[in-house]
Amino acid sequence: MYDAAIIGGGVTGCMIARELSRYDIKVILLEKEEDVACGTSKANSAVIHAGFDAKPGTWKAKMNVRGNVLFPGICEELDVPYINNGSLVVAVEEGEIKILEKLLNQGRVNGVPGLEIIGHDELMKMEPHLNPMSKAALYAPTAGIVCPYEFTIALAENAAINGVEFRFNSPVIKIVVEDGAFIVNTPYEFVKARYIINAAGLFSDEISKMAGAEEYTVTPRKGEYLIFDKKFGYLIKKVIFPTPSEISKGILVCPTVDGNIFIGPNSNDIKDKTDVSVTREGIEEIIEGGRKLVPELPLSGVITSFAGLRAVSNTNDFIIEASRKVKGFVNVGGIQSPGFTSAPAIAETVVEILKEEGMDLREKQNFVPTRPRKYRFREMDNLTRQKLIEENPAFGHVICRCETVTEAEIVDAIRRPLGAKSLDGIKRRTRAGMGRCQGGFCSSRVLSILARELKIDPRQVTKCGPGSEILKGGYKEFIAEKDMDEYLNTVEVESLSWKGGAADAL
Amino acid sequence: MLYKDLVIIGGGPAGLAAALEAAEQGVKDVMIVERDSGLGGILQQCIHNGFGLHVFKEELTGPEYAQRFIDRLENTGIEVLLDTMVIEITQDKRIFAVNSKKGVLEIQAKAVILAMGCRERTRGALNIPGFRPAGIFTAGTAQRYVNIEGYMPGKEIVILGSGDIGLIMARRFTLEGARVKCVLEIMPYSNGLTRNVVQCLEDYGIPLRLSHTVIEIHGKKRVEGVTVAKVDENLKPILSTAEFIPCDTLLLSVGLIPENELTKMTGADFDANTQGPMVNQWMETSCEGIFACGNVLHVHDLVDFVTMEAKLAARGAARYLKEKDGAYRQMSVIAGEGLRYVLPHAVGVEKMLDEKQNFFMRSTRPMKKAKLAIESENGTIKTKMLSYVKPSEMINIELGKSEISKAAGHLKFILQEEGASDE
Ligand SMILES: Cc1cc2nc3c(=O)[nH]c(=O)nc-3n(C[C@H](O)[C@H](O)[C@H](O)COP(=O)(O)OP(=O)(O)OC[C@H]3O[C@@H](n4cnc5c(N)ncnc54)[C@H](O)[C@@H]3O)c2cc1C
Ligand SMILES: Cc1cc2nc3c(=O)[nH]c(=O)nc-3n(C[C@H](O)[C@H](O)[C@H](O)COP(=O)(O)OP(=O)(O)OC[C@H]3O[C@@H](n4cnc5c(N)ncnc54)[C@H](O)[C@@H]3O)c2cc1C
Repeated sequence: MYDAAIIGGGVTGCMIARELSRYDIKVILLEKEEDVACGTSKANSAVIHAGFDAKPGTWKAKMNVRGNVLFPGICEELDVPYINNGSLVVAVEEGEIKILEKLLNQGRVNGVPGLEIIGHDELMKMEPHLNPMSKAALYAPTAGIVCPYEFTIALAENAAINGVEFRFNSPVIKIVVEDGAFIVNTPYEFVKARYIINAAGLFSDEISKMAGAEEYTVTPRKGEYLIFDKKFGYLIKKVIFPTPSEISKGILVCPTVDGNIFIGPNSNDIKDKTDVSVTREGIEEIIEGGRKLVPELPLSGVITSFAGLRAVSNTNDFIIEASRKVKGFVNVGGIQSPGFTSAPAIAETVVEILKEEGMDLREKQNFVPTRPRKYRFREMDNLTRQKLIEENPAFGHVICRCETVTEAEIVDAIRRPLGAKSLDGIKRRTRAGMGRCQGGFCSSRVLSILARELKIDPRQVTKCGPGSEILKGGYKEFIAEKDMDEYLNTVEVESLSWKGGAADAL
Repeated sequence: MLYKDLVIIGGGPAGLAAALEAAEQGVKDVMIVERDSGLGGILQQCIHNGFGLHVFKEELTGPEYAQRFIDRLENTGIEVLLDTMVIEITQDKRIFAVNSKKGVLEIQAKAVILAMGCRERTRGALNIPGFRPAGIFTAGTAQRYVNIEGYMPGKEIVILGSGDIGLIMARRFTLEGARVKCVLEIMPYSNGLTRNVVQCLEDYGIPLRLSHTVIEIHGKKRVEGVTVAKVDENLKPILSTAEFIPCDTLLLSVGLIPENELTKMTGADFDANTQGPMVNQWMETSCEGIFACGNVLHVHDLVDFVTMEAKLAARGAARYLKEKDGAYRQMSVIAGEGLRYVLPHAVGVEKMLDEKQNFFMRSTRPMKKAKLAIESENGTIKTKMLSYVKPSEMINIELGKSEISKAAGHLKFILQEEGASDE
């Protein structure tokens, strides 16, 4: 019997798992995908917002401001890069300045420190590539950026070494209450737990309903993105927002901690909670939006696109509460933006709620706040590199040339707590395949290492879990399946064409 | 720290030919640094034939072509470092490389030849809407899976882009029992060599659909199909022509980009059209004593020209090591109307190595008959008629020393279509 079962391995679930791993209780996390950070937590802007956007008094406002304060310390403990670069809400038109003033006041009420409105000249000095028509901006020095999957994975690794159990490929399909405890069903097992924390993101409404708790709805609101090559990283340093509309913060231009730039997201309500496809209209919309702020953005510099889904609840605020209908069931749903920033504060709140609900929480003596050392060859100086290669020659074997990722880092990603099991898992832990060639060079090599380390056939290696196998078959396998007559016909044609080919080339 | 006269980065056909030629020119202390475990570069996975028609006057496969050069390395004293990746190069020719045996190597070279080849353009560069499932490969990656690793990355295949690698893979997949449904090309003409269109598509009845592109990729975990559409003159998809084609794999053969991350570290001048460094007649970049050749300089369709260009670079490097003067800025060479680029970007008669100089260029569009004119400030130097010009097939023109010495100010290459109206 577990004390707590967390449903969902996004940033919310993993942060709660890490908080609970400080206490002497048995915790399990159930995730339907093959890894953590496969849902919204891998595809968002990853801005650690200052906290002026949300209406005073809402969960969003409270959690955002507190989360922003807690974030840098957690990143330091877990060795996750965090850049406190600050943000700017830019008014391109005169009329937008009064919205900046409104945001400034709202931010002050929310308790955001250091906000100020700066004029054209100072703005252009801060960000010389901004639209020269820009009139003024709201500057928030406490905003920052983080890598969303690296942060989520780090939380999960840390929770795992402190004793939280993780189950992957384990969608919760049924919840039964029996003798004051829950029996949580996945297709493979029954998990018995006294408390359930529902952090299932877009599906949190369905889980709540499954348990017979309060009903609410979650609507997916899509946001699409384009990422640019690192060579355009010089264009901007801070998070650049347009002046916001009623429903969204608008299309931003933003650096990543790895030195790329992205533009996006747009904002469209959709029906399918799994539809993370990128659309033609969406791409056009975000290019237009991005160029409004930074006109120089070169379209030829795009290396990839993606989309993420905001989990918008019918209250339009986070839902963080113990169920009054089902004892021991805690909802943490509708965690839309600024949900990433808020995660540390939400986890604190959930601990308080569990205490109120009667959970016996005693701190462990041996809680480890850090995770195993993370190697980033590309960031090391040559002396450190030399030392590492002497200790482990696999550090001298570069596998991903764009991001300079070595074999040792890939093997480490597989062997770490909750290690990678797929190409995407490797990508999110090491950046192999995330550079300008997008895995063209390294994916076949990473695939071989995965097969070797996991002791599986190369044909079983996937991109992101079952059903996404990379290879379709072995050598000559398809020929064996074919009608021989038909096949021989084709081969004959080929041998003939070889003869006639040479002259044509000259 | 190691000290070397000449370091060649990359052991593909460009690096190999450059090393051998440099040794032949009397350079003593030559080193090739190659990140792969063998020499030959991209040729190792090109097991089809069609290499060497110009250089060896016979048709070889890629590995055979490379082997001819590798065999000649013996007894030349050329040092080869395999499994070693160069990670940094400075303007003053200091090179940092890593391997698992020695760790980080620091090499001070007197001259450097860059021969790092190219990489393939990706889907991102095209912004294709849809999902991002497994089953999307660049053609070269698929080629590696099939020819080197021995696995089939797909069974029902659509190929986007009619670049040569895509065409060759269409045949390769067919021979391996997979089904290639069609090759889509956004331009109204093919981007591959004519012989490849004939031998790799027509002979197998694989349709080549010109003026078509993929407008959406379907499938959440693995590709389940693509929506394709015809495009108008501005290359915009005509949505009313959209059509769904089921497939499990989308192969991209949409172009190659010179791999110039290292070159950029030297601060050398770049050509926005080739996406490679600017060079003079010896293939020397604007960074004195640093030369470039092969696909790192501009993308080649025939390896034979790579070999020619590499030899030139090697002779330039040999000359530089002897005379110690770089002379990058000389008379500039300009790509005029009808041409995307011309190489080298600069020449100077007083410093020519031979009585003649080769110029490499690509047209902006296909032309059945065209007149190439070479002009300078004091008039036309030379004209030449060309037939069946295509952007995908590089044009190679030789000018004599006497012709170049007639020019003043600059050399401007212009390509004009002749008798276009009777098409
Ligand atoms: C376009 C966009 C931009 C954003 N920008 C920002 C930003 O800049 N700053 C910021 O602070 N926030 C931002 N957010 C919000 C932030 O990304 C989210 O609030 C946060 O990631 C939500 O995390 P989560 O763990 O609640 O949800 P998720 O990451 O979606 O995690 C839920 C998990 O539950 C799993 N699950 C679902 N159903 C089941 C089941 N039945 N059984 C088991 N597991 C299940 C899912 O697979 C998933 O892994 C943005 C969001 C979007 C979409
Ligand atoms: C798939 C494909 C099919 C082709 N088919 C034909 C054909 O049928 N007929 C024909 O004539 N031509 C063909 N070509 C063209 C011809 O093969 C190429 O133009 C030629 O291989 C280019 O030679 P290269 O030496 O410049 O580059 P490459 O062959 O790419 O060699 C570059 C080498 O540099 C190494 N390298 C790169 N960076 C580093 C670093 N940082 N440190 C150390 N080493 C490094 C690489 O590992 C590689 O070995 C084809 C090309 C391709 C890509």
